[in-house]
Amino acid sequence: MPDAVAVEARSVTKQFGSGQESVRALDDVSVTIRENEFFTLLGPSGCGKTTLLRLIAGFELPTAGEILLGGEPVEHLPPYERPVNTVFQNYALFPHMTVLQNIAFGLEMRKVAKGEIDSTVQEMLGLVKMSGLGGRRPAQLSGGQQQRVALARALANHPKVLLLDEPLSALDLKLRQGMRTELKNLQKKTGITFVFVTHDQEEALTMSDRIAVMSQGKIQQLGVPLEIYEQPVNRFVADFIGDTNFVSATIDGQAGSFVRCRSAAGLEFLVTPVAGAATGATVTLAVRPEKITPKAGGNAAKVEQTVYVGTDTTYDVRLPDNTRLNLRVPNALSGQAHFAVGDSIGIEVPPGAARMLQD
Amino acid sequence: MTVALTASRLATVQADLERRRIRTRWGLVLPAMIVIGVFGIVPLLIILVYSFLVAGGYGGVEWKFTTDAYVSFLFEKDIFDGTFKFVSDYLEIFWRSIWLALLTTVACVVLGFPTAYFMATRPASQRNYWVFLITLPFWTNLLIRTYAIMLIIRDEGLVNDGLRGLGLIDKPVHLLYTNFAIIVGLLYSFLPFMVLPLYSSLEKLDFRLVEAGFDLYATRRSVLWRIIVPLAKPGIIAGCLLVFIPALGAYITPLILGGGGELMIGNLIALQFGTSRNWPFGSALALILMAAVMSALIIYVRTSTERGRAAHG
Repeated sequence: MPDAVAVEARSVTKQFGSGQESVRALDDVSVTIRENEFFTLLGPSGCGKTTLLRLIAGFELPTAGEILLGGEPVEHLPPYERPVNTVFQNYALFPHMTVLQNIAFGLEMRKVAKGEIDSTVQEMLGLVKMSGLGGRRPAQLSGGQQQRVALARALANHPKVLLLDEPLSALDLKLRQGMRTELKNLQKKTGITFVFVTHDQEEALTMSDRIAVMSQGKIQQLGVPLEIYEQPVNRFVADFIGDTNFVSATIDGQAGSFVRCRSAAGLEFLVTPVAGAATGATVTLAVRPEKITPKAGGNAAKVEQTVYVGTDTTYDVRLPDNTRLNLRVPNALSGQAHFAVGDSIGIEVPPGAARMLQD
Repeated sequence: MTVALTASRLATVQADLERRRIRTRWGLVLPAMIVIGVFGIVPLLIILVYSFLVAGGYGGVEWKFTTDAYVSFLFEKDIFDGTFKFVSDYLEIFWRSIWLALLTTVACVVLGFPTAYFMATRPASQRNYWVFLITLPFWTNLLIRTYAIMLIIRDEGLVNDGLRGLGLIDKPVHLLYTNFAIIVGLLYSFLPFMVLPLYSSLEKLDFRLVEAGFDLYATRRSVLWRIIVPLAKPGIIAGCLLVFIPALGAYITPLILGGGGELMIGNLIALQFGTSRNWPFGSALALILMAAVMSALIIYVRTSTERGRAAHG
């Protein structure tokens, strides 16, 4: 049953404080997370993603709306009666217990038989590649090892849903990249629904089955990574995920399934129209830097700055009406950039490369 | 050549710096060492010497070596045939003092822990205010505070008047001059010494660990016993030492609230230097008390470190 629902939020609102100082962390959020899914809540700090996670875990109660786990409302259940477990941002390992004791804690609390606890703990240690380190205390472990123990401690309980609150943010870059693959594999292997909170778009794009991009207490867009990156619905999503050029343009007329838009500098774009976009209307287009093709010898723009980034070079170019565009172009085989500062170039945007935004 | 020169100069500078650092360190600790030496160790040595001397008729000591003071703690010498007979009077006072101090300590933990937990869970901006309130009793003299308790719990005091007013009792309940009165007095005097170390260890507690506990199916009670109490253990131990040791040697509280009928070790020792004029016996009592407390501490530390080591393995 790939479509069974693991977690559902129905019109959930969460308000902190009251009166003038109140903050609305979540504003009428509805979302359905499927079983066996790697689901990511992505957004900047303060967007409400952690609040939603804490509501699912039961550390906070919604001001309005309801949370359902496996189809059952859970408002009345304290955290320790919910079939979910959390991997905390700074792991929150019990410092006075050994690795073994940490992993066994949840099982002991549920009064699992001693023999079963021992075998589960050993199995979990193996799963996170920590066998042999069971006698250590958290303080004797590296950040990456603590991360693994936190994972093992949560997974030992075989939760229906595993909640992960920015679990990789405290690790250094190399370790973080390695853990991404491992987390993803772990999710596939265990078949547990992962709800992953992060502010790192790359993490979200590489690991998730689906992503909910959040801002100001609302879900801005929900979709698979490809949709989120290629078809952002609004300015926030386009801006938050990856690099984007925003171009203001006027709709010129129909061109097959596309509409033709023209910017003030005379650039032409063929884009898929959004609902309610009429000819003559001014719209905002989002164009990824790597989707713009520069042409040698044109005079649509002038190169103002070049930045070498290894595989590519990014170009800051200025159009005749003084607007700027950012381009990202793979370097030549020799590694040389194709253009230099001061060069005049032509600009071509392939049909469908630009995306019309809803606002 | 320049390199060699720079290296040697660097070594000189470092050696100089190190010497200055050592000098500063000793300079900082010296005043405290002098105070401890003059007012702590020297009196202790005097007491040690006096405890092995013969008591003078009008107080003071005669410079003759004897172990009588220690023997008389447990035995009484028969004046006629010179045989020794076991007496338990002093042991009983020791025993009662230990009991009263223990009960006081337990009561302090029971009352102090929720208080400290409450303080530690207030918003950071309010905590100093609560700490200030806890230290407020220190602004008044202990003697006066103890007399105040006496006024409250005596037969015609606030407590008995109140109970009578409510019609719960006809005759006043006798509270003053009992062990209960002493424990109330000790509890009141020493509670802040329990609350403050408890607070300082609970304040450092990472409350995300409590959430982690709840997340891992621990009930409130399990979270308290398996997570909060073990992590607050240094504070609990510090608080217990700060309460138990001075409570064991308490003087004013049993004197006023015990009415002289219920002696504690402190009063017994004071008696030897006052009315009884037996300075060597007073000195011996003080040293026996100290030895008892210290050996209890040493045993505690030994067993707890062994247990800690066992847990590691």
